[in-house]
Amino acid sequence: MMNTEVATTPLSPAPGRAGARSGTRLGDTLFHLVCLGGALVVGVLLALVLWQLFKGSSLALKQFGWKFFTGSEWNPVTDQFGALPFIFGTLVSSGIALLIAVPLGIGTAIYLTDLAPVKLRQPMTSLIEMLAAVPSVVWGLWGLFVLMPLLRASIYPLLQKWFGFLPLFQGPIYGIGLLTSGIILAIMILPIVTSVSREVLRSVPNLQREAAYALGATRWEVTRIAVLSYARRGLFGAAVLGLGRAIGETMAVTMVIGNTPFIGWSLFHPAGTLASGIANEFTEATTDIYQSSLFELGLVLLGVTILVNIVAQAMVRAFTTAETRQVA
Amino acid sequence: MNVTSSNHNIRKAKSFAMNGLCILCAVLVILPLGLILFYLIQKGASSLNWAFFTGLPKSAGVPGGGMGNAIVGTLELLALASGIGVPIGVLGGVYLSEYGGERMNTWIRFWADVLNGVPSIVWGMVAYALVVLPMKGFSAWAGALALAFIMIPLVLRTTEEVLALVPRSYREAALALGLPQWKTIVRIILPTARRGIITGILLAMGRVAGETAPLLFTALGNDYWNKNLSKPIAALPLEIFNYSISPYDDWNRQAWAGALVLVAMTFCLSLSVRLFSTGRFQKNT
Repeated sequence: MMNTEVATTPLSPAPGRAGARSGTRLGDTLFHLVCLGGALVVGVLLALVLWQLFKGSSLALKQFGWKFFTGSEWNPVTDQFGALPFIFGTLVSSGIALLIAVPLGIGTAIYLTDLAPVKLRQPMTSLIEMLAAVPSVVWGLWGLFVLMPLLRASIYPLLQKWFGFLPLFQGPIYGIGLLTSGIILAIMILPIVTSVSREVLRSVPNLQREAAYALGATRWEVTRIAVLSYARRGLFGAAVLGLGRAIGETMAVTMVIGNTPFIGWSLFHPAGTLASGIANEFTEATTDIYQSSLFELGLVLLGVTILVNIVAQAMVRAFTTAETRQVA
Repeated sequence: MNVTSSNHNIRKAKSFAMNGLCILCAVLVILPLGLILFYLIQKGASSLNWAFFTGLPKSAGVPGGGMGNAIVGTLELLALASGIGVPIGVLGGVYLSEYGGERMNTWIRFWADVLNGVPSIVWGMVAYALVVLPMKGFSAWAGALALAFIMIPLVLRTTEEVLALVPRSYREAALALGLPQWKTIVRIILPTARRGIITGILLAMGRVAGETAPLLFTALGNDYWNKNLSKPIAALPLEIFNYSISPYDDWNRQAWAGALVLVAMTFCLSLSVRLFSTGRFQKNT
């Protein structure tokens, strides 16, 4: 109603104009408030997540206290819930993922910024974006029916033969387990590690490279001395961002990790992560304390990912803005 | 002289080797994409037929059947989630770009970035606590809400970025003609940035289309056509998950077919993003 009035008033005489002004002001105030509401929703959402997870886990928080984090037994039958096996599984699988994905991602980023023919750069970047668009559940499907049988039949026996003296590669080979989920996670975080590293490397000023070339450095020496050591902190941030993704990744891991609470040396052993534990057990949680413990797993997961993401974003941003400042 | 020249050769060889390693990295990164597309087509295409798109799932052990209800369910969930998430995200983006002060904006951006990092399974738990518990049952609404929560910060950030590209002179010209600010935004600024905003929305939709974790204990899944939004609803990612961990070969084959359809859907979304975003800057200059 107000809209049409405002639209037609500018030509009307004085009293109407006063009306138009107040109408304009009202419309402006209303629209301002509506937009403010939209923006504040993000703050409300953040509070909502924290509140709901705290509320959901209050029973477990009261009953187990700090022992929730140190308890290594997760047993729904006896109502004993300790999160340590899931924290262990999350750390180990994400650690494996980082060990694989960070060197590959940075290597690819170097190739894309400094080595690849200009014509190839855009298509390669698009392919990496497509890799990021493949849903988690599809990676899980592929991991379960293609990657896992391959690893079990040919790669893992070789690993055991060559490195069997290490406790990491001892024990029976199930196929599903920590190492398999680490490899799937590595593939899944490669796009983000690569694209953020590429952004970081691109913000290294060309002067830096030219100076090194002028001193007679070879191509690799330019990369190592002038680019990599200069961009160290930003690249570290890219790795931490990848870590944040790996920790929160759910479906693919749920499908290939085996979902057994486990703490031990063997990387071939089935295990569970915070996220996969929730995904796997939430609908089966029949008792209140069981569900509450799962909510607390969610709370731990949320806390860790928020912390990791804040650190990573601060690092990447500090690097890229310092860069723009220097160039400008 | 001799020493330096042999040293030089070593350095050149090392450079050559390291650059080769970088190329190898790039190949290894692209390799999984090729592999997954190959297997999706090899294992999934043969199970694709008319019945797959139109039929209902058959009970275990009975061959045939389809995922028609899951495909429709995913589209329904996407529509509902966009219906909730897009207006909020776009309005929030407008606030950041047109109204907000420096300090307020810094906080809202920070919160949105934090939300973007929240694992999707956590959103499922929140929607469970907010909708499933009070309504005493799994529902399409709960699933859609979980997906909307994921979309809001994504849409907000892209909208803000796109609106910042609209030249300041457009705003000044509109205000100088006596248009109220809200009308300037609705009639001039938003239409100018239309392409970019749609790009952001499509990106967010592509991101949530394949999400499974937030639907596990909200939308739950369903073997029939769903007509009631307060009842559990089937979704393609859920169906893929359930069928792939089942022991039946026929269901595993259908999981591959479903995955092929899902990936085709997300790729189509990102393809349309490319089509939309290419025109974005022409309009502004």
